[in-house]
Amino acid sequence: MDAKVNYLLRLGDNALILSQQLSRLCGKGPALEEDMALSNVALDLLGQTRLWYEYAAELEGAGRDEDRLAYHRDAHDFKNCLLLEQPNGNYADTMMRQFYFDTWHYFLIAGLTHSSDERIAAIAEKSLKEVTYHLRRSGDLVVRMGDGTDISHAKTQAAADALWMYSGEVFGYDAVDQAMVEAGIAPPADQLRTQWLAHVAEIFAEATLVMPPQDAWMQSGGKQGRHTEHLGFILAEMQFLQRAYPNAQW
Amino acid sequence: MKATKTVLSPANLQSVIPAQAGIHTEHPITRSMDPRMREDDGSEDGGFDEEQVAGWLAQIPDPEIPAISITDLGIVRGVRVADDGACHVTITPTYSGCPAMQVIGDAISDALHGRGVLEVVLHTQLAPAWTTDWMTDAGKQKLRNYGIAPPAEQVIDISRLGPASAISRKAPKLGIACPNCGSTHTEVTSQFGSTPCKALYKCLDCREPFDYFKCH
Repeated sequence: MDAKVNYLLRLGDNALILSQQLSRLCGKGPALEEDMALSNVALDLLGQTRLWYEYAAELEGAGRDEDRLAYHRDAHDFKNCLLLEQPNGNYADTMMRQFYFDTWHYFLIAGLTHSSDERIAAIAEKSLKEVTYHLRRSGDLVVRMGDGTDISHAKTQAAADALWMYSGEVFGYDAVDQAMVEAGIAPPADQLRTQWLAHVAEIFAEATLVMPPQDAWMQSGGKQGRHTEHLGFILAEMQFLQRAYPNAQW
Repeated sequence: MKATKTVLSPANLQSVIPAQAGIHTEHPITRSMDPRMREDDGSEDGGFDEEQVAGWLAQIPDPEIPAISITDLGIVRGVRVADDGACHVTITPTYSGCPAMQVIGDAISDALHGRGVLEVVLHTQLAPAWTTDWMTDAGKQKLRNYGIAPPAEQVIDISRLGPASAISRKAPKLGIACPNCGSTHTEVTSQFGSTPCKALYKCLDCREPFDYFKCH
């Protein structure tokens, strides 16, 4: 598969899987405002997914469209990072997953606005305002929960620790990512990691949370299609209709 | 037939971007009028120009905020009437996931077909990204009258500030005026509101909750 198509699918898969996870919480948010925020973020991510898939499908030229990419690929074809397929869990788990992702996503999208590929730069420019809102909210909630009651603090710290080993995969560049850096399409990993660590440290300090060790061992494999058991269940729900009734429309 | 040139509605001509300039993401969608719907006898040659088309578009309400039109909102970015009479309309989404874009596209082709335009070609443009700067003053006033606080006068371009300030947890202090009583003694309840383009605020004087059209 062409490196750029692969890279675009990674971007789209990250956004789609997180969007699907957040959509499952629609109507179940802990407060009305949170419920709306979850659905809004899910909708933004779904819109971004379509833009990435559309471009990937065009470059690929294999007759697949965005729906085909979303509904007719199996788990091992998905290239999302493992962090995003981790369960919604309690609200601290949901928000910590979001915060780790949003921080990386914000710096990535900001970097992609300078991409040498003008279509990617345009999609990034469109998305940047949205991901800025996302990061503002998830950072705010991490502080409120971390620096809240004893129970909320304990749950938020537990979520931070449990998800930490999934936070580093985005910085582990393989040949596909490296080709994008060399072509001036994507920002380098060390730049993003420095920015990510600085922002997470700032928010954790305010949230009275202890940041797990930076040299901890990190899980990887999602980008190459090696997933945790959770992804299959997510896809089973997301793809059911199109698998059972191919090309169904309403 | 007119030579191809670009105009936009009279109200917001100042920020005209030529149709088809910028970065397009979707393939243009062509919608031809059902031949059975044609009322003319074949003798007409599409007597309309870009000014007229822009005027017609200015009458199409936004599907989620019907108080303002799609041109008030600044999502129509260009109009071009081609030599063959096909009408090219370029629109830009407010938010990536805006679910109204499909409905807006349908409304545009329906409205133009209804005026006798046989072929409508819709272009979607991503860059430059939509900004609340493109909303007309008339549009802002209509929003206010409708009970939605319009985007703040001074656009804070959150995407261009340094990283530290852009992602600080607190939303920028804007002094949003309550559309009910006019007080700027208001506070944000939620960054996300009933649609992707709105945030939820409340007035600390008259105690009325209200929607704020996010600025960006």
